[in-house]
Amino acid sequence: MTDITSSLPPVERAGRFLAGEARWSWLEIGFWVVAFGLAFFFRSNHLLFAEIAILALFAVSLDIILGYAGIVSLGHAAFFGLGAYTVGIMARNGWGDPLTGLAAAGMTAGILGFFTSFLVLRGSDLTRLMITLGVASLLHETANKLDWLTGGADGLQGMVVGPVLGHFSFDLYGTTAYVYALSVLFVVVLGLRVVVHSPFGHALRAIRDNPLRARAIGIPVNRRLIAAYTLAAVVAGFAGALLAQTSGFASLDVLEFHRSADVMLVLVIGGSGRLYGGILGAILFRFAQDAISTITPQYWQFWIGMGLVILVLAGRDRLETVGRRIVGRALPWLANKEAAR
Amino acid sequence: MTFSKTTRRGALTGISVAALALITPFAAHAEDVVKVGLILPMTGPSASTGRQISQAVALYQAMNGTKAGGKTVEVIVKDDTGVADVTKRLAQELIVNDKVSVLAGFGLTPLALATAPISTQAKVPQVVMAAATATITEASPYIVRTSFTLPQATVPAADLATKNGWKKVITLVSDYGPGIDAEKAFGAQFTANGGTVSAALRVPLKNPDFAPFLQRVADEKPDALFVFVPSGFGALVIKQFVERGLDKSGVKLFGTGDLPDDDQLDGMGDVVIGLISTHHYSAAHPSPENKAFVDAYVKANPGQRPNFMAVGGYDGFALIYKALEKTKGDADGTKLVEAMKGLAWVSPRGPMSIDPETRDVIQNIYVRKVEKVDGHLWNVETEAFEKVKDPVKAAKMKK
Repeated sequence: MTDITSSLPPVERAGRFLAGEARWSWLEIGFWVVAFGLAFFFRSNHLLFAEIAILALFAVSLDIILGYAGIVSLGHAAFFGLGAYTVGIMARNGWGDPLTGLAAAGMTAGILGFFTSFLVLRGSDLTRLMITLGVASLLHETANKLDWLTGGADGLQGMVVGPVLGHFSFDLYGTTAYVYALSVLFVVVLGLRVVVHSPFGHALRAIRDNPLRARAIGIPVNRRLIAAYTLAAVVAGFAGALLAQTSGFASLDVLEFHRSADVMLVLVIGGSGRLYGGILGAILFRFAQDAISTITPQYWQFWIGMGLVILVLAGRDRLETVGRRIVGRALPWLANKEAAR
Repeated sequence: MTFSKTTRRGALTGISVAALALITPFAAHAEDVVKVGLILPMTGPSASTGRQISQAVALYQAMNGTKAGGKTVEVIVKDDTGVADVTKRLAQELIVNDKVSVLAGFGLTPLALATAPISTQAKVPQVVMAAATATITEASPYIVRTSFTLPQATVPAADLATKNGWKKVITLVSDYGPGIDAEKAFGAQFTANGGTVSAALRVPLKNPDFAPFLQRVADEKPDALFVFVPSGFGALVIKQFVERGLDKSGVKLFGTGDLPDDDQLDGMGDVVIGLISTHHYSAAHPSPENKAFVDAYVKANPGQRPNFMAVGGYDGFALIYKALEKTKGDADGTKLVEAMKGLAWVSPRGPMSIDPETRDVIQNIYVRKVEKVDGHLWNVETEAFEKVKDPVKAAKMKK
C-alpha cells in the first residue's frame, strides 16, 4: 500500500493521509452504538451514565483548547457554571424548554468566552493559568453576591425543567437524562470531528506545536485562538446547561475550582488532543470514583490519587501498550479455550 | 519455599471465599429489611459533619440493636463530598437501585434543598440531621428535621444579650442561608427588645478571613459581638478575636453553640473560658441519657467528643426507629412521615418532639458558659428556654 501512495504526487499523498485520519473507524461506530444501546439496559445506572456523558462533554470542550490549541486553563468551570446558571435562571422564570435553554446557555457562555479570549491571548502558559483561574473566581464571587438572582450559597431554588422536545420528561431513573445528554454529546462530537479535521483544526495543532513557526507560515494565530476559545466556551456552556437541566438544580458549586480541576484530571486520564480522550477519561474517572466510594466513602480520594500517580509515573502510552498486549493475548487464548471445549 | 500448584490454588480459593463472606451482608429476607440511605459529606470541608453523624448512627445501632418494628434496619452510607448535584443523584440512586425507605443525613442547606423534590416525587421521608436553615422543612412534605433551626437558637441569644444589659451589638455571620437566618432573627428580636445592632457583617462562607471584619468591630467598640459560623470554623474566629486583643478591650463575644463547637472546644485553649452561647445541645448536658451517649461515643471513638451534629444523627435514628415501631414495621413513606409527626422522646440533648404541623423539631434551648471541669473545657448549661419552636415558621402560622 505504501508503494502505491508513495508514487503519488505529494499533495495527493497528504490529502489521502488526512482523509484517512478523518475516516470513521469501526471502534468509533461501535462505541456510539453501545452507548445508545445502553439506554435500554442497566436502567439503574442511567443517572451515573448521564453524569458521565455531561462530564465527557465538558472534557471534550477543554480538549479543544488544551489538546488542540495548547491553551492551559484552570478556570474552565466559568463557562460551565455560566451555562448552568443561564438555564437555571430561565427555568425558574418560566422558560423550562430544555433545547432552547441549551442554545441560550451555549450563547451566553460563548459571549463570555469571546471576550475573555483576549485576556488569554496575552502572556505565556503560567499567565494563562492565572487569568483563567481569576475569571472563574470573579464569576463565582459575582454569583455569590447576586443572591436575588442566583440564590447565593444556597443554590437556585424552584427550577422547573420541561420535557425534552415536549414529550420526554425527566424521570427518576434518569433514562431521559442519559439519552438527552448522550445525544447532545454525540451531535457535538460529530461537529467537532469536522472542525478538528478541517484546515482550521490543523492550524490549531500547528499553533500548539510551535506558535512562532505557525505565524511565520501565515496562520493568523490570534484569530484562530480566539475562535477556538469561543468554541470551547460554547461547548462547556452546553455541558453546564445539561447538568442544571438533568439535576433540576444549580448552586455555586458549578463555578467552583474543583470543577475546573476535575475536568483537567479527566483529560489527563483519558489523554488530550484526540477528542475521545475526554470521553474515555470521564468514563474511567466516574466509574472508579463511584465504585471506590461505594466501598469506602471516607477514603476513596486516596485510591483515586494513587491511581493518578501510577498513571503519570508509568505513562499512559506504556499502560496502553500493556493493555493492548493483554487483550491481544487474551483473545486468542480465549478462542483456543473455547475451541478446546 | 515451594508450594505445589494445587495448594496455592486451594489457598487462593480459601481466601476469596473468606473475602466474599466478609463483604456479603447477612442474607436476610428482603421484606424484613428496611434500608436507610445516609448521605453525608464524608470528604471535603464539611467532612467533620459526616464523621460525627456516621459515628453517631453506628453508635445508635450498636446501643439499640438493628431491629425496629420487627424489621432489620440496614444503613447505606454515601459520600456526597458536600456537592448538591451529587447529593441529588445519590438520593435518586438510593431510591431507585437500593430501594431505601428513608433518606437521611444532609450536612448543608443546599444539599437538603436539592434533594427535596426527589423525596416529594418518590414519597420517601427525608430526615435532615444537620442542615439548619429555617425554610428547609417547607421544601417538601416529606422532610422531618432532628437538628435545629438557626432562628431557634438565635432568638434566645438576643434575649440573653438584653438580659445582660448589652445595648449595642454587632452581628458577624457566614454569608449563606443559616447565617442570614441568624442575622435576621437576632436583629429582629434584639431591636424589639430595645437594643441596637450597629453593624451586620457577613463573611464569605468558604476560605473565610475574619481579620478585616474583626478590625471593624475593634473600631466600633460595641458592647458585644454576636457570631454565627458553621460547625468547624468556631476555633478560627475565637483565635483571631483573641489575637486582636478584642477580649481585653471589653467587647463580649457570644453566639450560637456553633461557635464553641464541642468537636473543637477542648483544643481552643483557656481563652474561651467564660464564653456564653445558646444552643440545643451540649456534651455536658446533665442527664443519664446524655451520660450514656457521651460515654459510649468516647469509648467507640477515643479522643473525640460528640457535638450537636452527632446528636442530630443519633436522634434522627431514634426518630426512624420510633416511627417504624409505631407503624409496626410498615415502611411506606407517607405512613412513616405521619408516624413521625408529634413523636416525643427524651434525647441526650433533653426533651424533644417533632412539631406535627411543621415537621420541625421542638426542643429546649440552653444558655451555656464555657468552664473548665476536670481539666477539660465544657459548655456548662446554666439556664433553659423550654420547648422552643422555630420562630420563623411560628410567625408565619400566626399570620
